[in-house]
Amino acid sequence: MRDVAVIGVGLTKFGELWDKSFRQLIAEAGSKAILDAKIEGKDIDALYVGSMSSGRFVDQEHIGALVAEVSGFSHLHIPATRVEGACASGSLAIREGYLSIASGINDVVVVGGIEKMNDVGGSEATDILAAASDQEWEAFFGATFPGIYAMIATRHMHEYGTTKEQLAQVAVKNHANGVNNPYAQYQSPISLESVMRATMVAYPLGLMDCSPVSDGAASVVLCAAEKAKKYTDKPIKIIGSGQASDTLALHGRRDICTLDATIHAAKMAYKQANLTPKDIDFAEVHDCFTIAEICAIEDLGFIEKGKGGTAIDNKITTMDGSLPVNTSGGLKAKGHPVGATGVAQIVELTMQLRNEAGKRQVKDAKIGLAHNVGGSGATCVVHIMEAM
Amino acid sequence: MKEGVARFWREIPQRYNFMGNKCENCGRMFFPPRESCPICRRKSIGKMKEMKFSGKGEVITYSIIHVGPGGFEEQTPYPIAIIKLEEGPQVTAQIVDCPLDEIKIGMKVESTFRKIQQDGYTGAIYYGYKFRKHREIKE
Repeated sequence: MRDVAVIGVGLTKFGELWDKSFRQLIAEAGSKAILDAKIEGKDIDALYVGSMSSGRFVDQEHIGALVAEVSGFSHLHIPATRVEGACASGSLAIREGYLSIASGINDVVVVGGIEKMNDVGGSEATDILAAASDQEWEAFFGATFPGIYAMIATRHMHEYGTTKEQLAQVAVKNHANGVNNPYAQYQSPISLESVMRATMVAYPLGLMDCSPVSDGAASVVLCAAEKAKKYTDKPIKIIGSGQASDTLALHGRRDICTLDATIHAAKMAYKQANLTPKDIDFAEVHDCFTIAEICAIEDLGFIEKGKGGTAIDNKITTMDGSLPVNTSGGLKAKGHPVGATGVAQIVELTMQLRNEAGKRQVKDAKIGLAHNVGGSGATCVVHIMEAM
Repeated sequence: MKEGVARFWREIPQRYNFMGNKCENCGRMFFPPRESCPICRRKSIGKMKEMKFSGKGEVITYSIIHVGPGGFEEQTPYPIAIIKLEEGPQVTAQIVDCPLDEIKIGMKVESTFRKIQQDGYTGAIYYGYKFRKHREIKE
Protein backbone atom coordinates (compact mmCIF):
# COMPACT_ATOMS: atom_id res chain seq x y z
CA MET A 1 0.00 0.00 0.00
CA ARG A 2 1.36 3.46 -0.91
CA ASP A 3 1.44 6.50 1.35
CA VAL A 4 -0.87 9.38 0.41
CA ALA A 5 -0.46 13.11 1.02
CA VAL A 6 -2.58 16.24 0.70
CA ILE A 7 -0.88 18.65 -1.70
CA GLY A 8 -3.59 21.27 -2.15
CA VAL A 9 -6.63 22.66 -0.34
CA GLY A 10 -9.51 24.97 -1.22
CA LEU A 11 -12.52 26.30 0.66
CA THR A 12 -15.41 28.64 -0.04
CA LYS A 13 -16.82 30.85 2.67
CA PHE A 14 -19.49 28.89 4.59
CA GLY A 15 -22.83 30.53 5.27
CA GLU A 16 -26.11 31.62 3.71
CA LEU A 17 -24.69 32.22 0.25
CA TRP A 18 -27.79 33.45 -1.59
CA ASP A 19 -25.87 34.75 -4.61
CA LYS A 20 -23.88 31.57 -5.23
CA SER A 21 -25.17 28.41 -6.90
CA PHE A 22 -24.25 24.79 -6.24
CA ARG A 23 -22.13 24.82 -9.40
CA GLN A 24 -20.30 28.04 -8.53
CA LEU A 25 -19.46 26.81 -5.04
CA ILE A 26 -17.92 23.49 -6.05
CA ALA A 27 -16.04 25.10 -8.94
CA GLU A 28 -14.62 27.75 -6.60
CA ALA A 29 -13.41 25.27 -3.96
CA GLY A 30 -12.04 22.89 -6.59
CA SER A 31 -10.12 25.52 -8.54
CA LYS A 32 -8.60 26.92 -5.33
CA ALA A 33 -7.35 23.43 -4.39
CA ILE A 34 -6.00 22.77 -7.90
CA LEU A 35 -4.17 26.12 -7.96
CA ASP A 36 -2.83 25.52 -4.45
CA ALA A 37 -1.48 22.11 -5.55
CA LYS A 38 -0.03 23.59 -8.74
CA ILE A 39 -1.45 20.75 -10.82
CA GLU A 40 -3.21 20.87 -14.18
CA GLY A 41 -6.21 19.01 -15.53
CA LYS A 42 -4.01 16.47 -17.34
CA ASP A 43 -2.43 15.48 -13.99
CA ILE A 44 -5.78 14.44 -12.47
CA ASP A 45 -6.53 10.72 -12.50
CA ALA A 46 -9.93 10.85 -10.80
CA LEU A 47 -12.49 13.05 -9.05
CA TYR A 48 -14.55 12.10 -6.00
CA VAL A 49 -17.28 14.35 -4.67
CA GLY A 50 -19.21 13.97 -1.41
CA SER A 51 -22.75 15.30 -1.12
CA MET A 52 -25.51 14.10 1.14
CA SER A 53 -28.60 15.16 -0.74
CA SER A 54 -27.99 17.33 -3.80
CA GLY A 55 -31.10 15.66 -5.25
CA ARG A 56 -33.39 17.12 -2.61
CA PHE A 57 -31.53 20.36 -1.85
CA VAL A 58 -31.05 21.51 -5.47
CA ASP A 59 -32.91 18.84 -7.49
CA GLN A 60 -29.69 17.65 -9.06
CA GLU A 61 -28.32 14.12 -8.95
CA HIS A 62 -25.49 12.78 -11.10
CA ILE A 63 -23.11 15.37 -9.68
CA GLY A 64 -19.86 13.45 -10.21
CA ALA A 65 -19.87 14.26 -13.91
CA LEU A 66 -21.36 17.70 -13.23
CA VAL A 67 -18.45 18.63 -10.98
CA ALA A 68 -15.99 17.56 -13.69
CA GLU A 69 -17.96 19.67 -16.18
CA VAL A 70 -18.09 22.87 -14.10
CA SER A 71 -14.38 22.45 -13.33
CA GLY A 72 -13.69 22.53 -17.08
CA PHE A 73 -12.65 18.89 -17.35
CA SER A 74 -15.39 17.38 -19.54
CA HIS A 75 -13.08 17.17 -22.53
CA LEU A 76 -10.56 15.21 -20.43
CA HIS A 77 -13.19 12.57 -19.56
CA ILE A 78 -11.77 12.11 -16.03
CA PRO A 79 -13.51 9.37 -13.98
CA ALA A 80 -15.82 11.28 -11.59
CA THR A 81 -17.75 9.62 -8.78
CA ARG A 82 -20.20 10.90 -6.19
CA VAL A 83 -20.02 9.37 -2.70
CA GLU A 84 -22.80 9.50 -0.12
CA GLY A 85 -22.96 8.71 3.61
CA ALA A 86 -25.20 11.48 5.01
CA CYS A 87 -23.14 14.07 6.94
CA ALA A 88 -20.02 11.88 6.50
CA SER A 89 -20.21 12.07 2.68
CA GLY A 90 -17.20 14.40 2.48
CA SER A 91 -14.81 12.23 4.46
CA LEU A 92 -16.05 9.14 2.63
CA ALA A 93 -15.07 10.88 -0.62
CA ILE A 94 -11.65 11.62 0.93
CA ARG A 95 -11.30 7.97 1.91
CA GLU A 96 -12.30 6.73 -1.57
CA GLY A 97 -9.69 9.03 -3.10
CA TYR A 98 -7.15 7.92 -0.51
CA LEU A 99 -7.81 4.22 -1.17
CA SER A 100 -7.57 4.67 -4.94
CA ILE A 101 -4.09 6.19 -4.57
CA ALA A 102 -2.92 3.83 -1.81
CA SER A 103 -3.92 0.90 -4.02
CA GLY A 104 -1.67 2.15 -6.81
CA ILE A 105 -4.50 2.78 -9.30
CA ASN A 106 -4.28 6.59 -9.22
CA ASP A 107 -1.50 9.10 -8.53
CA VAL A 108 -3.40 12.39 -8.26
CA VAL A 109 -7.02 12.69 -7.17
CA VAL A 110 -9.17 15.77 -6.55
CA VAL A 111 -11.77 15.36 -3.80
CA GLY A 112 -14.67 17.76 -3.31
CA GLY A 113 -17.45 18.08 -0.78
CA ILE A 114 -20.50 20.27 -1.13
CA GLU A 115 -23.95 21.07 0.13
CA LYS A 116 -26.17 23.93 -1.00
CA MET A 117 -28.82 23.85 1.74
CA ASN A 118 -30.40 27.30 1.57
CA ASP A 119 -32.16 26.82 -1.78
CA VAL A 120 -34.99 25.15 0.18
CA GLY A 121 -36.91 26.52 3.18
CA GLY A 122 -35.84 25.81 6.75
CA SER A 123 -38.48 23.16 7.46
CA GLU A 124 -37.72 21.39 4.17
CA ALA A 125 -34.02 21.36 5.15
CA THR A 126 -34.98 19.74 8.47
CA ASP A 127 -36.99 17.06 6.64
CA ILE A 128 -34.11 16.35 4.24
CA LEU A 129 -31.64 15.99 7.12
CA ALA A 130 -34.04 13.59 8.84
CA ALA A 131 -33.41 11.21 5.92
CA ALA A 132 -30.01 10.53 7.54
CA SER A 133 -31.93 8.82 10.36
CA ASP A 134 -34.15 5.74 9.98
CA GLN A 135 -37.14 7.07 8.02
CA GLU A 136 -39.46 4.13 8.71
CA TRP A 137 -38.73 3.58 12.41
CA GLU A 138 -37.57 6.97 13.73
CA ALA A 139 -38.66 9.88 11.53
CA PHE A 140 -42.10 8.39 10.75
CA PHE A 141 -42.95 8.56 14.47
CA GLY A 142 -41.96 12.22 14.79
CA ALA A 143 -38.29 12.01 15.75
CA THR A 144 -36.35 14.93 14.27
CA PHE A 145 -32.60 14.88 13.78
CA PRO A 146 -32.01 17.31 16.69
CA GLY A 147 -34.47 15.16 18.67
CA ILE A 148 -32.35 12.05 18.17
CA TYR A 149 -29.18 13.81 19.39
CA ALA A 150 -31.26 15.29 22.22
CA MET A 151 -32.09 11.75 23.33
CA ILE A 152 -28.34 11.00 23.44
CA ALA A 153 -27.94 14.14 25.60
CA THR A 154 -30.78 13.21 27.99
CA ARG A 155 -29.26 9.77 28.53
CA HIS A 156 -25.72 11.20 28.94
CA MET A 157 -27.02 13.61 31.59
CA HIS A 158 -28.84 10.75 33.34
CA GLU A 159 -25.89 8.33 33.34
CA TYR A 160 -22.96 10.67 33.88
CA GLY A 161 -24.39 13.84 35.38
CA THR A 162 -23.49 15.93 32.34
CA THR A 163 -25.15 19.36 32.56
CA LYS A 164 -26.85 21.65 30.07
CA GLU A 165 -24.23 24.27 30.97
CA GLN A 166 -21.44 21.89 29.92
CA LEU A 167 -23.20 21.37 26.58
CA ALA A 168 -23.49 25.13 26.18
CA GLN A 169 -19.77 25.60 26.87
CA VAL A 170 -19.01 23.54 23.75
CA ALA A 171 -20.88 26.10 21.63
CA VAL A 172 -19.18 29.01 23.42
CA LYS A 173 -15.74 27.48 22.78
CA ASN A 174 -16.39 26.74 19.12
CA HIS A 175 -17.71 30.25 18.47
CA ALA A 176 -14.59 31.66 20.16
CA ASN A 177 -12.51 29.63 17.67
CA GLY A 178 -14.71 30.67 14.72
CA VAL A 179 -13.83 34.31 15.39
CA ASN A 180 -10.38 33.56 13.94
CA ASN A 181 -11.58 31.67 10.86
CA PRO A 182 -12.31 33.97 7.90
CA TYR A 183 -14.25 31.14 6.18
CA ALA A 184 -16.60 30.53 9.14
CA GLN A 185 -20.33 31.18 8.93
CA TYR A 186 -20.25 32.79 12.39
CA GLN A 187 -17.19 34.87 13.29
CA SER A 188 -18.58 36.34 16.48
CA PRO A 189 -18.27 35.15 20.09
CA ILE A 190 -21.37 34.10 22.02
CA SER A 191 -22.02 34.15 25.76
CA LEU A 192 -22.88 31.16 27.91
CA GLU A 193 -26.07 32.93 28.90
CA SER A 194 -27.23 33.35 25.29
CA VAL A 195 -26.74 29.62 24.63
CA MET A 196 -28.54 28.68 27.84
CA ARG A 197 -31.47 31.00 27.07
CA ALA A 198 -31.82 30.17 23.37
CA THR A 199 -35.18 28.98 22.14
CA MET A 200 -35.68 25.23 22.65
CA VAL A 201 -35.42 23.01 19.56
CA ALA A 202 -35.54 19.56 21.16
CA TYR A 203 -35.11 19.40 24.93
CA PRO A 204 -32.41 19.55 26.26
CA LEU A 205 -30.94 21.10 23.07
CA GLY A 206 -31.64 24.75 22.29
CA LEU A 207 -31.05 26.57 19.02
CA MET A 208 -27.46 27.46 20.00
CA ASP A 209 -26.64 23.80 20.68
CA CYS A 210 -27.26 23.09 16.97
CA SER A 211 -25.01 23.59 13.95
CA PRO A 212 -26.60 25.85 11.32
CA VAL A 213 -28.04 25.20 7.87
CA SER A 214 -25.18 26.20 5.56
CA ASP A 215 -24.02 26.50 1.97
CA GLY A 216 -20.40 25.76 1.17
CA ALA A 217 -17.85 23.61 -0.56
CA ALA A 218 -14.37 22.32 0.19
CA SER A 219 -11.77 20.53 -1.86
CA VAL A 220 -8.40 18.83 -1.43
CA VAL A 221 -5.90 17.38 -3.88
CA LEU A 222 -4.48 14.01 -2.86
CA CYS A 223 -1.26 12.63 -4.31
CA ALA A 224 0.92 9.55 -3.91
CA ALA A 225 3.39 10.62 -1.19
CA GLU A 226 6.39 9.54 -3.28
CA LYS A 227 5.40 12.09 -5.94
CA ALA A 228 4.09 14.84 -3.64
CA LYS A 229 7.33 16.85 -3.42
CA LYS A 230 7.12 17.36 -7.17
CA TYR A 231 4.18 19.69 -6.52
CA THR A 232 4.65 21.17 -3.04
CA ASP A 233 7.22 21.79 -0.30
CA LYS A 234 4.68 21.08 2.41
CA PRO A 235 2.85 17.83 1.70
CA ILE A 236 0.76 16.63 4.65
CA LYS A 237 0.55 12.87 4.91
CA ILE A 238 -2.57 10.87 5.77
CA ILE A 239 -1.09 8.35 8.21
CA GLY A 240 -4.32 6.69 9.30
CA SER A 241 -7.74 6.22 7.71
CA GLY A 242 -10.61 4.39 9.41
CA GLN A 243 -14.27 3.87 8.61
CA ALA A 244 -17.06 2.01 10.40
CA SER A 245 -20.84 1.54 10.33
CA ASP A 246 -23.65 0.89 12.82
CA THR A 247 -27.47 0.78 12.85
CA LEU A 248 -29.24 3.72 11.20
CA ALA A 249 -31.60 4.07 14.18
CA LEU A 250 -30.23 5.23 17.53
CA HIS A 251 -32.54 2.75 19.29
CA GLY A 252 -30.75 -0.17 17.59
CA ARG A 253 -27.40 0.53 19.25
CA ARG A 254 -25.59 -1.25 22.08
CA ASP A 255 -25.43 1.95 24.14
CA ILE A 256 -27.35 5.19 23.57
CA CYS A 257 -24.46 7.51 24.58
CA THR A 258 -21.62 5.72 22.77
CA LEU A 259 -21.03 5.92 19.04
CA ASP A 260 -19.52 2.49 18.42
CA ALA A 261 -18.84 3.49 14.80
CA THR A 262 -16.52 6.22 16.15
CA ILE A 263 -14.73 3.73 18.40
CA HIS A 264 -14.19 1.28 15.53
CA ALA A 265 -13.19 3.88 12.90
CA ALA A 266 -10.74 5.44 15.39
CA LYS A 267 -9.28 2.06 16.29
CA MET A 268 -8.64 1.36 12.60
CA ALA A 269 -6.97 4.76 12.09
CA TYR A 270 -4.86 4.63 15.28
CA LYS A 271 -3.68 1.12 14.40
CA GLN A 272 -2.62 2.12 10.90
CA ALA A 273 -0.83 5.22 12.21
CA ASN A 274 0.68 3.21 15.07
CA LEU A 275 -0.46 5.91 17.50
CA THR A 276 -2.65 6.23 20.58
CA PRO A 277 -5.10 9.03 21.46
CA LYS A 278 -2.35 10.60 23.63
CA ASP A 279 -0.25 11.27 20.51
CA ILE A 280 -2.85 13.56 18.92
CA ASP A 281 -2.02 17.31 19.18
CA PHE A 282 -5.37 18.71 17.99
CA ALA A 283 -8.62 17.45 16.46
CA GLU A 284 -11.55 18.46 14.31
CA VAL A 285 -14.56 16.50 15.58
CA HIS A 286 -18.16 16.23 14.41
CA ASP A 287 -20.07 18.72 16.61
CA CYS A 288 -23.35 18.83 14.67
CA PHE A 289 -24.84 19.30 18.16
CA THR A 290 -22.97 20.21 21.34
CA ILE A 291 -23.58 16.74 22.84
CA ALA A 292 -21.95 15.21 19.75
CA GLU A 293 -18.60 16.85 20.60
CA ILE A 294 -18.77 15.50 24.16
CA CYS A 295 -19.44 11.97 22.86
CA ALA A 296 -16.71 12.37 20.22
CA ILE A 297 -13.90 13.29 22.64
CA GLU A 298 -14.90 10.29 24.76
CA ASP A 299 -15.33 7.76 21.94
CA LEU A 300 -12.08 8.84 20.23
CA GLY A 301 -10.29 7.91 23.45
CA PHE A 302 -9.17 11.41 24.47
CA ILE A 303 -11.31 11.47 27.61
CA GLU A 304 -12.68 8.67 29.77
CA LYS A 305 -16.31 7.73 28.94
CA GLY A 306 -18.71 9.95 30.87
CA LYS A 307 -16.10 12.62 31.66
CA GLY A 308 -16.59 14.64 28.46
CA GLY A 309 -18.60 17.31 30.27
CA THR A 310 -15.95 17.65 32.99
CA ALA A 311 -13.25 17.95 30.30
CA ILE A 312 -15.16 20.95 28.90
CA ASP A 313 -15.28 22.50 32.42
CA ASN A 314 -11.53 21.96 32.75
CA LYS A 315 -10.93 23.69 29.39
CA ILE A 316 -8.89 20.77 28.05
CA THR A 317 -10.27 21.31 24.54
CA THR A 318 -9.93 25.10 24.22
CA MET A 319 -7.24 26.71 22.03
CA ASP A 320 -4.88 26.93 25.05
CA GLY A 321 -5.86 23.51 26.41
CA SER A 322 -3.82 20.34 26.15
CA LEU A 323 -5.96 19.12 23.20
CA PRO A 324 -7.51 21.93 21.14
CA VAL A 325 -10.71 20.63 19.52
CA ASN A 326 -12.44 22.28 16.56
CA THR A 327 -9.92 25.06 16.02
CA SER A 328 -11.83 25.97 12.84
CA GLY A 329 -14.95 26.75 14.88
CA GLY A 330 -16.31 23.27 14.24
CA LEU A 331 -19.62 22.56 12.58
CA LYS A 332 -21.25 24.88 15.13
CA ALA A 333 -19.47 28.12 14.17
CA LYS A 334 -17.74 27.36 10.87
CA GLY A 335 -21.04 26.03 9.51
CA HIS A 336 -22.18 22.59 8.39
CA PRO A 337 -22.85 22.25 4.66
CA VAL A 338 -23.12 18.53 5.29
CA GLY A 339 -21.33 17.08 2.25
CA ALA A 340 -18.54 19.66 2.54
CA THR A 341 -17.87 19.15 6.26
CA GLY A 342 -15.60 16.08 6.10
CA VAL A 343 -13.47 17.66 3.37
CA ALA A 344 -13.31 20.99 5.22
CA GLN A 345 -11.98 19.15 8.29
CA ILE A 346 -9.08 17.82 6.18
CA VAL A 347 -8.50 21.38 4.90
CA GLU A 348 -8.25 22.62 8.52
CA LEU A 349 -5.85 19.82 9.50
CA THR A 350 -3.69 20.61 6.47
CA MET A 351 -3.60 24.35 7.23
CA GLN A 352 -2.67 23.68 10.86
CA LEU A 353 0.05 21.17 9.96
CA ARG A 354 1.44 23.55 7.31
CA ASN A 355 1.55 26.20 10.04
CA GLU A 356 -0.74 28.41 7.90
CA ALA A 357 -3.75 28.68 10.23
CA GLY A 358 -3.11 32.31 11.18
CA LYS A 359 -4.63 33.51 14.45
CA ARG A 360 -6.01 30.08 15.25
CA GLN A 361 -2.69 28.27 14.72
CA VAL A 362 -2.09 25.47 17.25
CA LYS A 363 1.48 25.82 18.53
CA ASP A 364 3.79 22.97 17.51
CA ALA A 365 0.99 21.09 15.77
CA LYS A 366 2.51 17.83 14.52
CA ILE A 367 -0.35 15.33 14.43
CA GLY A 368 -4.02 16.10 13.83
CA LEU A 369 -7.16 13.97 13.77
CA ALA A 370 -10.43 14.50 11.84
CA HIS A 371 -13.67 12.80 12.89
CA ASN A 372 -16.78 12.93 10.70
CA VAL A 373 -20.11 11.27 11.53
CA GLY A 374 -23.05 10.36 9.29
CA GLY A 375 -26.52 10.41 10.82
CA SER A 376 -26.59 9.83 14.56
CA GLY A 377 -23.59 7.49 14.28
CA ALA A 378 -24.41 4.96 11.54
CA THR A 379 -21.30 6.01 9.60
CA CYS A 380 -18.04 7.31 10.99
CA VAL A 381 -14.78 8.20 9.29
CA VAL A 382 -11.55 9.10 11.11
CA HIS A 383 -8.36 10.40 9.50
CA ILE A 384 -5.00 11.10 11.16
CA MET A 385 -2.51 13.42 9.44
CA GLU A 386 1.11 14.44 9.93
CA ALA A 387 3.48 16.85 8.17
CA MET A 388 6.02 14.99 5.98
CA MET B 1 -50.57 14.14 -1.52
CA LYS B 2 -46.85 13.61 -1.69
CA GLU B 3 -46.24 9.92 -1.23
CA GLY B 4 -47.57 6.59 -2.49
CA VAL B 5 -49.64 4.78 0.13
CA ALA B 6 -48.16 1.30 -0.40
CA ARG B 7 -45.02 2.16 1.57
CA PHE B 8 -47.23 2.82 4.60
CA TRP B 9 -49.81 0.14 3.91
CA ARG B 10 -47.21 -2.62 3.87
CA GLU B 11 -46.05 -1.67 7.40
CA ILE B 12 -49.58 -1.98 8.89
CA PRO B 13 -48.99 -5.30 10.75
CA GLN B 14 -45.99 -3.85 12.57
CA ARG B 15 -47.26 -0.33 13.21
CA TYR B 16 -50.88 -1.27 14.06
CA ASN B 17 -50.44 -4.61 15.81
CA PHE B 18 -46.80 -4.70 16.96
CA MET B 19 -46.05 -7.78 14.87
CA GLY B 20 -42.38 -8.71 15.10
CA ASN B 21 -40.67 -12.07 14.76
CA LYS B 22 -38.58 -14.60 16.62
CA CYS B 23 -35.58 -16.67 15.60
CA GLU B 24 -36.52 -20.25 16.44
CA ASN B 25 -32.83 -21.19 16.37
CA CYS B 26 -31.70 -18.95 19.28
CA GLY B 27 -34.96 -17.54 20.65
CA ARG B 28 -34.10 -13.86 20.07
CA MET B 29 -37.07 -11.63 19.27
CA PHE B 30 -37.02 -8.79 16.73
CA PHE B 31 -39.04 -5.66 16.17
CA PRO B 32 -39.44 -4.64 13.40
CA PRO B 33 -39.32 -8.18 12.00
CA ARG B 34 -36.09 -9.22 10.27
CA GLU B 35 -35.53 -11.37 7.22
CA SER B 36 -32.89 -13.33 9.11
CA CYS B 37 -31.32 -13.40 12.59
CA PRO B 38 -28.07 -11.37 12.66
CA ILE B 39 -26.58 -13.80 15.20
CA CYS B 40 -27.63 -17.18 13.70
CA ARG B 41 -27.52 -15.89 10.12
CA ARG B 42 -27.92 -18.79 7.64
CA LYS B 43 -29.10 -21.15 10.38
CA SER B 44 -32.13 -18.86 10.88
CA ILE B 45 -33.33 -19.03 7.27
CA GLY B 46 -36.85 -20.44 7.25
CA LYS B 47 -36.93 -20.28 11.05
CA MET B 48 -38.06 -16.69 11.57
CA LYS B 49 -41.52 -17.02 13.16
CA GLU B 50 -43.99 -14.12 13.28
CA MET B 51 -45.01 -13.07 16.81
CA LYS B 52 -47.02 -10.31 18.43
CA PHE B 53 -45.21 -8.11 20.93
CA SER B 54 -46.85 -7.11 24.23
CA GLY B 55 -46.27 -3.40 23.67
CA LYS B 56 -45.00 -3.03 27.23
CA GLY B 57 -41.64 -1.51 28.03
CA GLU B 58 -39.56 1.13 29.78
CA VAL B 59 -38.34 4.60 28.79
CA ILE B 60 -34.57 4.54 28.10
CA THR B 61 -34.26 8.19 27.06
CA TYR B 62 -36.45 11.00 25.73
CA SER B 63 -36.62 14.50 24.27
CA ILE B 64 -39.34 17.11 23.94
CA ILE B 65 -39.64 18.18 20.30
CA HIS B 66 -40.31 21.93 20.01
CA VAL B 67 -39.56 22.30 16.29
CA GLY B 68 -41.49 19.57 14.50
CA PRO B 69 -40.91 18.11 11.05
CA GLY B 70 -43.42 18.31 8.21
CA GLY B 71 -46.69 16.66 9.27
CA PHE B 72 -46.04 17.22 12.99
CA GLU B 73 -46.00 21.04 13.23
CA GLU B 74 -49.38 21.19 14.98
CA GLN B 75 -48.41 18.61 17.63
CA THR B 76 -45.47 20.53 19.18
CA PRO B 77 -44.26 20.43 21.86
CA TYR B 78 -44.43 16.64 22.02
CA PRO B 79 -42.27 14.04 23.75
CA ILE B 80 -40.35 11.41 21.79
CA ALA B 81 -38.66 8.51 23.52
CA ILE B 82 -36.70 5.32 23.08
CA ILE B 83 -38.59 2.46 24.72
CA LYS B 84 -36.98 -0.85 25.64
CA LEU B 85 -39.69 -3.44 25.02
CA GLU B 86 -39.98 -6.31 27.52
CA GLU B 87 -39.11 -8.76 24.71
CA GLY B 88 -35.72 -7.01 24.25
CA PRO B 89 -35.80 -4.75 21.18
CA GLN B 90 -35.92 -0.94 21.46
CA VAL B 91 -38.21 1.40 19.48
CA THR B 92 -38.60 5.15 18.99
CA ALA B 93 -42.09 6.56 19.58
CA GLN B 94 -44.07 9.41 21.13
CA ILE B 95 -45.25 9.43 24.74
CA VAL B 96 -48.89 10.53 25.14
CA ASP B 97 -51.42 11.20 27.92
CA CYS B 98 -48.64 12.30 30.26
CA PRO B 99 -47.70 15.82 31.45
CA LEU B 100 -44.31 16.71 29.95
CA ASP B 101 -42.63 17.17 33.34
CA GLU B 102 -43.67 13.70 34.50
CA ILE B 103 -41.73 11.86 31.81
CA LYS B 104 -38.74 10.10 33.36
CA ILE B 105 -36.09 7.61 32.33
CA GLY B 106 -37.15 4.24 33.75
CA MET B 107 -40.88 5.02 33.48
CA LYS B 108 -42.97 1.90 32.65
CA VAL B 109 -45.07 2.39 29.52
CA GLU B 110 -47.48 0.50 27.26
CA SER B 111 -48.34 0.98 23.61
CA THR B 112 -51.52 2.60 22.41
CA PHE B 113 -52.92 2.86 18.87
CA ARG B 114 -52.95 6.47 17.64
CA LYS B 115 -52.91 8.75 14.62
CA ILE B 116 -49.27 9.57 13.87
CA GLN B 117 -49.40 12.08 11.02
CA GLN B 118 -51.38 13.18 8.00
CA ASP B 119 -50.14 13.76 4.46
CA GLY B 120 -51.72 17.22 3.99
CA TYR B 121 -55.51 17.81 3.92
CA THR B 122 -56.24 15.34 1.13
CA GLY B 123 -53.59 12.68 1.69
CA ALA B 124 -53.62 9.52 3.77
CA ILE B 125 -53.78 9.51 7.57
CA TYR B 126 -51.03 7.36 9.04
CA TYR B 127 -51.62 5.42 12.24
CA GLY B 128 -49.28 3.52 14.52
CA TYR B 129 -48.12 3.08 18.09
CA LYS B 130 -47.45 5.68 20.75
CA PHE B 131 -46.83 4.92 24.42
CA ARG B 132 -48.55 5.96 27.65
CA LYS B 133 -47.81 5.32 31.32
CA HIS B 134 -48.44 1.66 32.13
CA ARG B 135 -51.74 1.19 33.93
CA GLU B 136 -52.16 -1.72 36.35
CA ILE B 137 -55.52 -3.40 35.76
CA LYS B 138 -57.15 -4.26 39.08
CA GLU B 139 -58.85 -7.68 39.12
